[in-house]
Amino acid sequence: MSFDHDTIVGFSKSFGLLYLVAMSIGVVIYAFWPANKKQFDRAAESVVSDEEDRPWL
Amino acid sequence: MIGRRRIIVFGGRMIGQLTALERTYAAIILIVIICVGVAMAVVGRGDLLAVHGWIIAAYGMAVMVVLLRGIDAAEPWEERFREYYDDPTKVGIILSLIWGVIGMAVGVWVASLLAWPDLTFDAAWASFGRLRPVHTSGVIFGFGGNALIATSFHVLQRTTRARLPDQLSPWFVLLGYNLFCVMAATGYFMGMTQSKEYAEPEWYADLWLVIVWVVYFAIYIRTLARRREPHIYVANWYYMAFILVVAILHIVNNLAVPVSIGHAKSYSLFSGVQDAMTQWWYGHNAVAFFLTAGFLGMMYYYLPKRAGRPIYSYRMSIISFWGITFMYMWAGSHHLHYTALPHWVQTLGMVFSLVLLVPSWASAGNALLTLNGAWHKVRDDAVLRFMMLAAIFYGIATFEGSFMAIRAVNSLSHYTDWTVGHVHVGALGWVAMITFGSFYALVPWMWKRPALYSAKLVEVHFWLALTGTVVYIFAMWNSGIIQGLMWRTFDPNGTLAYSFLDTLVAMHPYYIARAFGGLLFLAGAVVAFYNIWMTITQPAPVDEGAATDLPVEPPAPRAWAQAGE
Repeated sequence: MSFDHDTIVGFSKSFGLLYLVAMSIGVVIYAFWPANKKQFDRAAESVVSDEEDRPWL
Repeated sequence: MIGRRRIIVFGGRMIGQLTALERTYAAIILIVIICVGVAMAVVGRGDLLAVHGWIIAAYGMAVMVVLLRGIDAAEPWEERFREYYDDPTKVGIILSLIWGVIGMAVGVWVASLLAWPDLTFDAAWASFGRLRPVHTSGVIFGFGGNALIATSFHVLQRTTRARLPDQLSPWFVLLGYNLFCVMAATGYFMGMTQSKEYAEPEWYADLWLVIVWVVYFAIYIRTLARRREPHIYVANWYYMAFILVVAILHIVNNLAVPVSIGHAKSYSLFSGVQDAMTQWWYGHNAVAFFLTAGFLGMMYYYLPKRAGRPIYSYRMSIISFWGITFMYMWAGSHHLHYTALPHWVQTLGMVFSLVLLVPSWASAGNALLTLNGAWHKVRDDAVLRFMMLAAIFYGIATFEGSFMAIRAVNSLSHYTDWTVGHVHVGALGWVAMITFGSFYALVPWMWKRPALYSAKLVEVHFWLALTGTVVYIFAMWNSGIIQGLMWRTFDPNGTLAYSFLDTLVAMHPYYIARAFGGLLFLAGAVVAFYNIWMTITQPAPVDEGAATDLPVEPPAPRAWAQAGE
């Protein structure tokens, strides 16, 4: 099989679809994984917390 | 007002924050830069390259003077590790505002040139083609880029609870980046350009930006490696995507071979439709990762902080982050509808542009839902209102962008002023509003002031900015759609009904309106500059006479005001 324009087009149209869908599903699973909820809530809260404006040593 | 003395004192205090070793390294770096500048001036004599060589050498010497003035300052206090390092952020804010005023003023000038073409001097540098990139680069890279660098250093430290890894590299990034901006703007005036939209600077400026950008990314990685907070807050993901992807885009799109080492001119590695596709892959992702991802990082930090409410849905922010990074990469080909680009590539760009609406609106909705339940704060606090308006315009701009990417719509909108209108919905409504909102929140924290110099002036700025933006975009929508329709109107014989001049006559009133809208926006930016400058230079307390229904400083960040005391 020669490596030409059609090869790249075929690859883009098949693998491109698969990996984008797979990554999308992966991200949604990560975001909604129940065990992750706690750290997400904590992260969102930490920005508005009234802690001192200093680095943690 | 500012005196030379004040700058020297200020500069000396900043140098005092550098360790002796860092001052030595800084001096070595500056000597190398000055030598490179002089070498360029020598090798490129007879070419415009020499002018840039001298500019680089002069820039290096100016920074060297500041360094030497403070070189014998006392070693920094060991206790500095108990504080964040904010000097580069402070200088970045001021530089951003200066570039903003310059870039917007040139914008008003080029807008006026379109309405009154005689408003030019009989000089090459003042021609439209040279002034326009000064406007675009001035506002995007000068104003926007400095704002991103300044806020990213601030957000990075606060969300990781770690100080920047050293005191020298942030200065290298900030001042090196501004050297790039100076080379860009001065080059355009001299007529130097690669003829690539938003990537006009020539090869040597591009190489310099690569070095600066790698150091910038390294600062991010090194600080994250030192982080005390295990979870990396979502704003940092947006900032990192901005830095990393802009590096990739910049390197690939600027692959070029100079005519010779002593010439400013270079030729792109790409040609024909490949060149066009590479350019618009770059161009659209510059919008995506410079003007969107970076400023979303800003929004995801300063909006919740100012509102005193955590982001409505952290999960949604993660999903929209990955949605934006995955999908924007493929959308660039919508700039090349009805060209020699293969049809399926155009369709690919169109489809991804449409799907992009989902993560874009997820971010805009997330911002507005964060404010839901705190509308009284939005009503009372013009700073927060800037941020809310930014989120609304972000929603409008992304909807409009997806819509215009549809091939059939694009056949009407492309090459018309509608595109210019769309860009300014994003640039004025989204980028500038979120930047001004963030600056207004950030400046009192950075300079340890109880509040801004004048809350009234923030109100004045808010209404100038909103009115200016609305006037501008409605003028361009009208102008662009009229122009597009006139171009495609045929008479019964099948020939075009209007000449090109007919369209110009029809567009003229809108060009005047656009220049006026831009002028209002510029006036707002000048007010912001004055207000922030007075906040910095005047330790004066708050204006008691400010309208009684306007809290001068919302209650949120109490601890911030005292930090470092």
